[in-house]
Amino acid sequence: MAKGDPAGTARGRRATPRSARSGGKSPGTDLVQLLTPEGDRIDKVTWSDGTEYRVDFTDEEYRGLYRDLVLVRRLDAEATALQRQGELGIWASLLGQEAAQVGSGRALRPQDMAFPTYREHGVLYCRGIDPIMPLGLFRGVDLGGWDPNEFKFNMYTIVIGAQTLHATGYAMGVNMDGRTGTDDGEAVIAYFGDGASAQGDVNEAFIWSAVFNSPIVFFCQNNQYAISEPLERQTRIPLYQRAAGFGFPGVRVDGNDVLATYAVTRAALDNARHGQGPTLIEAYTYRMGAHTTTDDPTRYRIASEVEAWQAKDPIARVRAFLTKQGIADDAFLAEVEEQAKQEALRLRERVLEMPDPEPLTLFDNVFPNGSPEVDAQREATARYLDSFEGSVH
Amino acid sequence: MSRVREFPLPDLGEGLTEGEILKWLVQVGDVVELNQPVVEVETAKAAVEIPAKWAGKITSIFHDEGTVVDVGSPIFAVDTDPGAGDLPEPSAASLAAVEIAPAEGAVEPGLIGGPAPGGRTAVLVGYGPKTGAAKRRPRKGAGVPAANGVPVAAPAPVAPEPVRAAPEPVRPAAVAPAPRSGGSTVAPGGLVLAKPPVRKLAKDLGVDLRTLTGSGPLGSITRDDVHLAASGSATAAEPAPVGPGTAAPAFGPDREQRIPVKGVRKLTAQNMAASAFTAPHVTEFLTVDVTRSMKALDRLRGRREWRDVRVSPLLLVAKAVLLAVGRHPMVNSTWAGDEIVVKEYVNLGIAAATERGLIVPNIKDAGRLTLRELADAMTALVQTAKTGRTAPADMSGGTLTITNVGVFGVDTGTPILPPGESAILAFGAVREMPWVHKGKVKVRQVTTLGLSFDHRIIDGELGSKFLRDVGDFLADPEAALLGWT
Repeated sequence: MAKGDPAGTARGRRATPRSARSGGKSPGTDLVQLLTPEGDRIDKVTWSDGTEYRVDFTDEEYRGLYRDLVLVRRLDAEATALQRQGELGIWASLLGQEAAQVGSGRALRPQDMAFPTYREHGVLYCRGIDPIMPLGLFRGVDLGGWDPNEFKFNMYTIVIGAQTLHATGYAMGVNMDGRTGTDDGEAVIAYFGDGASAQGDVNEAFIWSAVFNSPIVFFCQNNQYAISEPLERQTRIPLYQRAAGFGFPGVRVDGNDVLATYAVTRAALDNARHGQGPTLIEAYTYRMGAHTTTDDPTRYRIASEVEAWQAKDPIARVRAFLTKQGIADDAFLAEVEEQAKQEALRLRERVLEMPDPEPLTLFDNVFPNGSPEVDAQREATARYLDSFEGSVH
Repeated sequence: MSRVREFPLPDLGEGLTEGEILKWLVQVGDVVELNQPVVEVETAKAAVEIPAKWAGKITSIFHDEGTVVDVGSPIFAVDTDPGAGDLPEPSAASLAAVEIAPAEGAVEPGLIGGPAPGGRTAVLVGYGPKTGAAKRRPRKGAGVPAANGVPVAAPAPVAPEPVRAAPEPVRPAAVAPAPRSGGSTVAPGGLVLAKPPVRKLAKDLGVDLRTLTGSGPLGSITRDDVHLAASGSATAAEPAPVGPGTAAPAFGPDREQRIPVKGVRKLTAQNMAASAFTAPHVTEFLTVDVTRSMKALDRLRGRREWRDVRVSPLLLVAKAVLLAVGRHPMVNSTWAGDEIVVKEYVNLGIAAATERGLIVPNIKDAGRLTLRELADAMTALVQTAKTGRTAPADMSGGTLTITNVGVFGVDTGTPILPPGESAILAFGAVREMPWVHKGKVKVRQVTTLGLSFDHRIIDGELGSKFLRDVGDFLADPEAALLGWT
């Protein structure tokens, strides 16, 4: 195919998701994988640009990653159940994407700043934030209760892709503050999905970050669906290849492989903190559940596809690895299960205890120094509520 | 309280009102674990399994498969402590579950459907103790006949206007009407229209936006409006309006008077603010002995052909300005962004205090007029202005302006340039003053000239030379005429 014939090139490379959709073989060197679905370790992988990825964890660290994965999945399942029981307004489940989130979340250094979507419960957990926090948001009793500066984890962003621009601006600020260039430098990670990759915001963020060589990692969890739209209706090339057009490296990692995700993310963050500019990571994964609890995935995808991905489960492969290598025994696995169960129960109890906010508290904390407009709205709302019989607020 | 808990159908998908029971996964008598799937329900959005909210024994299933159930209606009940012995008779509520909401006592406080402080019922959005048709809590004061006229005890929001809004009627609609703050600038809903940088400016300058009248599109408040409000004295150097200013103010009970900003005042404000904050002003002063000019005027008045003409010191000032412009044409120019427009003609503006406020009519091509024509034009211009009949054309196109603040008995000021002009001369009062004249202190007639100019166009040197020439003419008009022309 002649150079300068992009249309032809695109046609020639059309078969994008050659690996996963049908459960076929791994893409090989264009997919970084350090732990196979069968639980076998791959010592190191060399990406097409020559970068070598490997991890060197202690047994304790391997077990820690497994514990993270199980806990994150169990808490997520509890939240889904709570929504079905009328205790949450809506929930965006991370089921299937645990490795992508725990791997990248654990790769963050304490000084790194993360900008999540509304599905990053696993990253939130890794940042040390109480998992009850997002449930208040989805229960509608608060607007997200954690301090982004304290935990270096921004508020959940509901608007698709908007956080990539927030992250870009933040990362430009990091550069301007001179907080890059050393091992202690700060890096920024922006989470988004395959659907968001088509947003103008995300493409603008790519351009600005590239031009300003900002210390940012764009972490795309390609879970194959933009709600109901499959990947082939979103892109003609693998998403990670888009980075080349913007002028920074892109790499695709097995998003169901917590080890590879950790290795790739850690390397990209370190490049960023040392002033090497942005990286796009495409974490190739699959959303096992619905887009949100308001959605019914059986209406747009077939069961065999889900089953194929079931075989690549991110937790099962770690468990197989731990067992085969003798790193974990049955007692350990049972202990983790029990811990997850107890934490889920505690989460449930705390959700049920969450007080409904008084209606007028809606007007608190809108502006740091108040506002005449908000004051007037509060008064008007109070009058409206007072107009009902038996109202006390 | 009760061991038996009824599970009402929740809103499974953001605003749904009903769901269809697809399939029961349990039977009455089954013991279920927490989160064990109990029933499949299909809504307009999805078919989902509902997990058990409590562990225990299923005591009731209220709806058959295929039934469409309202959100909020109980669909099954669980004995949460089946090991504690037989239950009493099922509650009446559960027997009539389709029609009746879960009895409040059946659910523990803090849980959905349970009582909450204040006698209210804890609910989530779209989820609650619904009993068939939509029912709203009754309004206070129900029974008062008028459909639209149920007054509320609480006062309406205090609007930034002199007259308090009448108590707002409450309509029996579900949504209360947005509070309407009065005042011409406040849009429906109490919104003040202003862009964020303008709001920031107002905050920085301590200006309450709600007190301003917007001059921008749709009544929005502009930066100029804010600047004007922040520096209420911005126009002080200009002659103040005589009319409203001297009338006895009509103070309200709050001892404040609110004068609507409109007409000439509004235009003045816009022009002054626009000019003051776009053209970098410089003002220079020159005190001049004008005794000879005053004597020349006396001689002029004595001439027969000038007998019926109003001759004032302002006439000579105008002549001085016109002659000085001839010597320094750059003073008579306009800053047009990427170019400077220098004009050969002088449309000489004369600031006039009228009952409606300040207006600045100008004498077209004043430089071509003889002194007599100039005098006539000035007289006509001022007379027309005072009667409020100045044509718009006479107020536009000015190139250079004189403001005669001396008529108010003050010595000088720092005038603000009319937009589009590059120089304005303030002519102060002519006073008898001790003055060194020919080496001796004598009583002379002295005035102070104040020249403001646009520093983008006019450097200090040019401005000084121009002002000096005006002063030289007034100090000795005959000599200047002879020397310059």
